[in-house]
Amino acid sequence: MARVRHESRWYPLEPEESVLDGLLRQGVVVPHACRAGACQSCLMRAVSGDVPEAARAGLKDTLRAQGYFLACACRPAPGSELEVAGAEGLRLRARVVSLEPLSPSVLCVRLATDTPLDYRAGQYVSLVRGDGLARSYSLASLPREGVLELHVRLVPGGVMSGWLSREARVGDVLHVQGPAGNCFYVTGRPEQPLLLAGTGTGLAPLYGIARDALEAGHTGPVWLFHGARTPEGLYLGDALRALAGRHPAFHYRPCVLTGGSRDVAEGALAVLLRAECPRVAGYRAWLCGDSGLVLSLRKKLFLAGLSLKDLHADVFLPSAPRAEAAGAR
Amino acid sequence: MSTSAVEKSVYEQIGGEPAMAAAVEVFYRRVLEDGRISHFFEDVDMERQAARQKAFLTMVTGGPANYSGRDMRAGHAHLVRQGLNDTHFDAVAGHLKATLEELGVPAALVARVLSIAESARADVLNR
Ligand SMILES: Cc1cc2nc3c(=O)[nH]c(=O)nc-3n(C[C@H](O)[C@H](O)[C@H](O)COP(=O)(O)OP(=O)(O)OC[C@H]3O[C@@H](n4cnc5c(N)ncnc54)[C@H](O)[C@@H]3O)c2cc1C
Ligand code: HEM
Ligand code: FES
Repeated sequence: MARVRHESRWYPLEPEESVLDGLLRQGVVVPHACRAGACQSCLMRAVSGDVPEAARAGLKDTLRAQGYFLACACRPAPGSELEVAGAEGLRLRARVVSLEPLSPSVLCVRLATDTPLDYRAGQYVSLVRGDGLARSYSLASLPREGVLELHVRLVPGGVMSGWLSREARVGDVLHVQGPAGNCFYVTGRPEQPLLLAGTGTGLAPLYGIARDALEAGHTGPVWLFHGARTPEGLYLGDALRALAGRHPAFHYRPCVLTGGSRDVAEGALAVLLRAECPRVAGYRAWLCGDSGLVLSLRKKLFLAGLSLKDLHADVFLPSAPRAEAAGAR
Repeated sequence: MSTSAVEKSVYEQIGGEPAMAAAVEVFYRRVLEDGRISHFFEDVDMERQAARQKAFLTMVTGGPANYSGRDMRAGHAHLVRQGLNDTHFDAVAGHLKATLEELGVPAALVARVLSIAESARADVLNR
């Protein structure tokens, strides 16, 4: 049996149990969401003891060096002992400065942090509420804009999105933890064609990345595909058309499965993408949003000749149920 | 062909680590498009899958890889339980050959790589 020490108490772990599940089961509050190593909400710091390498996969070197690991992916060896602390040191206080609908189903949340968050446009943060509820959101803003901008889709029955849309008020204080993720623009090769594709609020990071690339003086074509089931699922269309008006190399292509019009193509995003960009070898691409689209598009683009090193993807993995429910499966 | 001890491995002759990176992409596309074996290589984490294929290619070209026959058995045992057999092995060997040819590796070196791969057949298939 492995044991975990947290705030001067020892907690035994069941065989194969993660540090996250073990602590939650015994009443410790640890922020978490996906339970799959993807959202980085459950970061903790090892004070002493060995952390399995699997619990540090995908973490930045600076976080590793300070002993941080993902509690949901950490299954210590039987008999081992690990002393852990929370990730409060990584969080910034963030005040809500505005809450505005972008469409009937998407809320724009703007936050001001006490000290600037050091991030690249397109990365994501964990938004942590006072009671420890945590969810990841991608940044649609640019660092020079000061305030952080999030696009939150209203999920039916969603705890965080429901709270943000109904109860949160301007002035409320939350925390942001991060940034994380590799979806961002890097300067160099300014003539390379860029391809950005996403559905729903997958647009948030793409909006940041596209503007970042254009401001950095990217000269090659920048294609932005935004997909939704119906036209109501699209948002920010006017801003994106205005951006295209100012930058001839920027191409905005919205599409819907039903209800297309003169401005909005009708059909599957992958089909539209193939029609507009038939030869993607040599492109750089970013794919964000629900897992189904992101994973299938990534495979299609790779098979069509796009190199893995030029393919960046963020899957908006939903939160996974609590330990009891997960254990019962 | 010389067989002296100082002779370079195929891995070195075809360009070492940088050449492997290019080979992995070609090989990975080929196996994903081959319905006979693609299910063994479907992985939501494409980076991890590419890293494994790099280990595979490094090993069969005689590069710096430290896998024993026992590692090969253990590493493929769960695949054998899913039905991995000679047909699949031959398909992978075929893609290996085609990948090297596509990258312009001379026929004599391709033949050597294929014989190294062949020597792992019993371990990979857990026989
Ligand atoms: C890296 C990353 C970046 C993200 N960026 C964004 C972003 O920019 N904008 C954004 O709106 N969201 C984003 N998300 C998703 C976000 O973190 C939350 O999962 C989402 O807001 C729902 O949280 P909630 O508390 O409202 O709903 P929850 O209470 O967590 O969910 C309610 C129920 O709905 C289910 N559910 C929720 N979402 C889905 C879904 N997509 N598909 C199927 N079932 C679902 C849950 O499993 C649960 O049963 C991101 C996620 C990750 C991992
Ligand atoms: C020439 C024979 C082969 C050799 C030398 C070989 C070598 C390897 C090596 C070195 C790894 C481990 C990579 C790592 O984890 O670091 C590996 C993993 C793997 N091999 Fe092979 N391989 C061979 C044949 C095959 C065949 C025929 C298949 C299937 C058609 C296959 C499918 C896989 C898969 C799916 C993995 C990942 C295992 C996992 O899911 O953990 N291999 N192989
Ligand atoms: S990474 Fe651990 S809960 Fe998401």
